[in-house]
Amino acid sequence: MSKKIKCAIIGSGNIGTDLIYKLKRSELLDPVWMVGIDPASEGLERAYNLGLKVTHEGIDGLLPHVLADEIQIAFDATSAYVHAENSRKLNALGVLMIDLTPAAIGPLCVPPVNLESLASKGVMNVNMISCAGQATIPIIQSVSRVQPVDYAEIVASLSSRSVGAGTRANLDEFTFTTSDALVRVGGAKRGKALAVINPADPPVIMRNTISCLTEAKPDMPAIIESVHQMIEQVQKYVPGYRLVNGPVFDGNRVTVFMEVAGLGDYLPKYAGNLDIMTAAAARTAEMFAEQILSGQIKLNAEEVA
Amino acid sequence: MTIEQNLKGRKVILHDMCLRDGMHAKREQISVEQMVRVATALDAAGVPYIQVTHGGGLGGNSLQHGFALASNEEYIRAVVPKMTQAKVSVLLIPGLGTMKELQSAFDCGARSVHVATHCTEADTSPQHIAFARNLGMDTSGFLMMAHLNDPEGLAKQGKLMESYGAQTVYITDSAGYMLPEDVRARISALRDVLNPETEIGFHGHHNLGMGIANSIAAIEAGASRIDGSVAGLGAGAGNTPLEVFTAVCDRMGIETGVDLFKLMDVAEDIIVPMMDHLVRVDRESLTLGYAGVYSTFLLPAKRAAARLGLSARDILVELGRQKMIGGQEDMIDDTAMTMAKTQGHFDSQGALILPG
Repeated sequence: MSKKIKCAIIGSGNIGTDLIYKLKRSELLDPVWMVGIDPASEGLERAYNLGLKVTHEGIDGLLPHVLADEIQIAFDATSAYVHAENSRKLNALGVLMIDLTPAAIGPLCVPPVNLESLASKGVMNVNMISCAGQATIPIIQSVSRVQPVDYAEIVASLSSRSVGAGTRANLDEFTFTTSDALVRVGGAKRGKALAVINPADPPVIMRNTISCLTEAKPDMPAIIESVHQMIEQVQKYVPGYRLVNGPVFDGNRVTVFMEVAGLGDYLPKYAGNLDIMTAAAARTAEMFAEQILSGQIKLNAEEVA
Repeated sequence: MTIEQNLKGRKVILHDMCLRDGMHAKREQISVEQMVRVATALDAAGVPYIQVTHGGGLGGNSLQHGFALASNEEYIRAVVPKMTQAKVSVLLIPGLGTMKELQSAFDCGARSVHVATHCTEADTSPQHIAFARNLGMDTSGFLMMAHLNDPEGLAKQGKLMESYGAQTVYITDSAGYMLPEDVRARISALRDVLNPETEIGFHGHHNLGMGIANSIAAIEAGASRIDGSVAGLGAGAGNTPLEVFTAVCDRMGIETGVDLFKLMDVAEDIIVPMMDHLVRVDRESLTLGYAGVYSTFLLPAKRAAARLGLSARDILVELGRQKMIGGQEDMIDDTAMTMAKTQGHFDSQGALILPG
């Protein structure tokens, strides 16, 4: 299959910039445009040097080129507040939107949990939740598919350098979107997400602690096997996803301690939170790209109300 | 001029922490009735601000930080109507608590808030500080683990919090690591950059026995708000013991407006009998202060040590070496397990069933 689906990246911060590298390696996706709002942005300069077309005029700088440049998939790495508008404008031109902001106006996607079922539904907007969601929901689901989970709680520790201005200024959105997804995608009855930003230098690697309270006594061998299987699934697109300790069983509480090392594309390897987000988004886009290329799904320009 | 002469007549606002920071020392097990009893006595002694929540503040009820006997709303709703003059305050750490919980605390009667971030991460607090100001709350920015940032860095972080709307900026010695000169330098750097109407606060921990001396140094350098807790009921070796601090202020002519003897009675008759363990500088809490570790890590580290047959001091020193900060309590068990593994306690699968 030599043909690739052409993509645009909106947002030239940490996530958008890292995404360039992930897409450039893909056999199905071709990053063509990067959109920013600051002409002095380091991300736009990198994108330009890597051969992408760039605009610093925001989404409106891209729109006139969408059809001519055959953009079919766009990644939004801006902020929850502008995502809805970006999505509306691009959907109107038949572009599928992969949302990396906490806006979550489309269905939530964690690749090893529900990507296949989403890709066959022909949705035009898919949300990637948050880095913490991508790093922890697979583990929650690996417990909840064994037996009912009454409550899931996650703690994500992120290196200060890897957390961009948008996430910092809107930390509550990160918390709400992630907590909600522990339930809706992870399968827990209730969920709570905690985030800690650690400025240590040298930077600390992304850590995630996932705790599940099972309704009944945990089936230990089944959970251990399920957790290990799930970790292998995630490692297919994030090789640095690693079990550090656990599963630990304490009454009905099951706790798993993970770390996520990145590939070191844009930021060094400690910033696994960037990688797990961008790698999940790229994998999601590839699944849609396969179906577009094989004609299983067709993207249609939406009627604008 | 002597220090006494310098500070004579200075007015300082005291803020009691034993019903919030003290929750750490009680493993979050202070009852609503106890909270009302303590807060009523503090109010009668003239303490102007009383913090009342889970030890981790709003959103604190969790596996990570423990579950309190009641919700934050239940505690606040029970205490507020009993106050004759004191304002009830809450703690909000973005990433743990959210604006939803702040609104709820306000609706229950809380009128003051410490919005807390690690000392380099003030830019995670703009939403929450602005939201608190919009509610009309007395709003402080609270820079935790302040020994991990230098005076210039803290001045920048404090200036950010002021720009979001904070009326007071706190230097928070969460590890009880600072010496008076460290405090003086940090408060002075803040005083140099903040607007004259912005107040400066200091929140100490007594892990090196410096709570009083550090708080006095803070006032000398321009602080006008001091956090402490009666009988020192707080994380680690406790907060600056408020009745001792009040006595020192009286001697120096610093005006707190608080009745010293009433405060001494609260400490002796109510708080000390409530303690599960004597909150004092002991081997482990001294380790916190010496190694610069978050005071709240004390009891979870002791628990992990007991379960895994390790030394709590070794765990705390290792957490300090790894530069773990407030909120990373999950890393206590993780670090302890990794230490135990390297000592050959576990099989290669890493799967572990804890006894009991």
